[in-house]
Amino acid sequence: MADKNEILAGLAEIVEEETGLEADEVQLEKSFTEDLDIDSISMMTIVVNAEEKFDVKIPDEEVKNLSTVGDAVNYIANAQG
Amino acid sequence: MSKRLVITGLGATTPIGGDVPTLWTNALAGTPGARTLEYDWVEKYQLPVTFAAEVAVEPAEVLSRPETKRMDRSTQLGMVASREAWADAGFGSANPEEGGVDPLRFAVSFATGIGGVWTLLNAWDTLREKGPRRVMPMTVPMLMPNGAAGAISLAFGARAGARTSVSACASGVESLVLAMDLLRSGQVDVVLAGGTEGSIHPLPLAAFGNMQALSRRNDDPAAASRPYDVDRDGFVMGEGAGVLVIETEEHAAARGARVYAELAGGAVTADAHHITAPDPEGLGATRAINQALASASAAPTDVTHVNAHATSTPKGDIPEYTAMKAAFGEHTDSICVSATKSQTGHLLGAAGAVESVLTVKALADRKAPVTINLDNQDPEIPLDVVTGTPRELGDGDQVAICSSFGFGGHNAVAAFRTV
Repeated sequence: MADKNEILAGLAEIVEEETGLEADEVQLEKSFTEDLDIDSISMMTIVVNAEEKFDVKIPDEEVKNLSTVGDAVNYIANAQG
Repeated sequence: MSKRLVITGLGATTPIGGDVPTLWTNALAGTPGARTLEYDWVEKYQLPVTFAAEVAVEPAEVLSRPETKRMDRSTQLGMVASREAWADAGFGSANPEEGGVDPLRFAVSFATGIGGVWTLLNAWDTLREKGPRRVMPMTVPMLMPNGAAGAISLAFGARAGARTSVSACASGVESLVLAMDLLRSGQVDVVLAGGTEGSIHPLPLAAFGNMQALSRRNDDPAAASRPYDVDRDGFVMGEGAGVLVIETEEHAAARGARVYAELAGGAVTADAHHITAPDPEGLGATRAINQALASASAAPTDVTHVNAHATSTPKGDIPEYTAMKAAFGEHTDSICVSATKSQTGHLLGAAGAVESVLTVKALADRKAPVTINLDNQDPEIPLDVVTGTPRELGDGDQVAICSSFGFGGHNAVAAFRTV
């Protein structure tokens, strides 16, 4: 079980790996599409990697609701329950 | 009167050099590219062939990490060589308009034999070990054979088409012939043309091995690729990419580009004889040479140098000689032949592209590169093979050809002329 800071750090690592963005640019209020310029395929790659890293399931239909990094961190924290 | 086409940029990443200057220096010196494979999968699968000609410079050392992750190895190699060729042609920026190129009259013609085989098989491993959810969403654009053409057109802004020639080991030259057709038709001014292959994976090694196509000289990889030698026992699997920037002469002149050589002609034929064995009489290959020369408005006696397909298989090296005799007659004896797969190994879909780069360099520098490992030349193939030291080609107008043949009965020949 990871706390939200750990989830953010882990997610930032995944985003950096996939996109080359510096991990410290991955902040809670950033929008994946508007601010980080992440396309749908990269978003799915990030989701799949996050599922593996945090041992959670993020259904495909939920992905469109994860517009900001904070949305994803919250979803993962809740899913870990 | 067809348009004159010129080559203004070259790029390559190969087992004997990660760029064209290194490749060329090593090709003139004679440098074996094959090495023992140091991977646990060689032992794990008990592969019958334990060596190959891997690229001298890993693409991950040149590309950014996200690029590496989003491209199959074959596309990575193609991208590395394309960047070199584009810069070498004098286009500083990846934006074609800044270099004076109309993106709507700029095409990519890129070849591969197999495409994203590493991506496909890694994804299959992931599916079986971790389930479908773990299969990466980028799998399809990475494994598709047109992945390199698409990624390269995107990187350089080529909007007049991103074409892919797939004809096994003839692919690389076929991509140049397609580029020639596009340029001569007047549809485009510039083509970035080439081929790539990144398939040194246990499955192709096992499959080619079971066809008895690969050399088994596991104890001496450097001596394994020996075209025309009596002790040749198969080809050596290689990887890499070669790229040529080809323009109409008018376009190149208008921007004051440096010209290496002319792409004078080319042709593609099919044997319709057997799916893998070459026609023993070399009829399809002969027609390809004849048609390429006709397309170049060249006489057989204009040809001074051939970069031969010469893969080092016991049977394959002979029909090419038969075809040369049929096309060139007695003039065959006056042609100096380089079998550069002796150094690079067989780069499959990239072979013809890298060998075309070498053929163009040979004309530009008027020096034919060497063939190594030719200790006892097969008496059935009495060609004038360049060994030991590079051969000076001398002055005057000269034509050189690069031939490639592939499983499927594909024959492709490109003809180049000095400028």
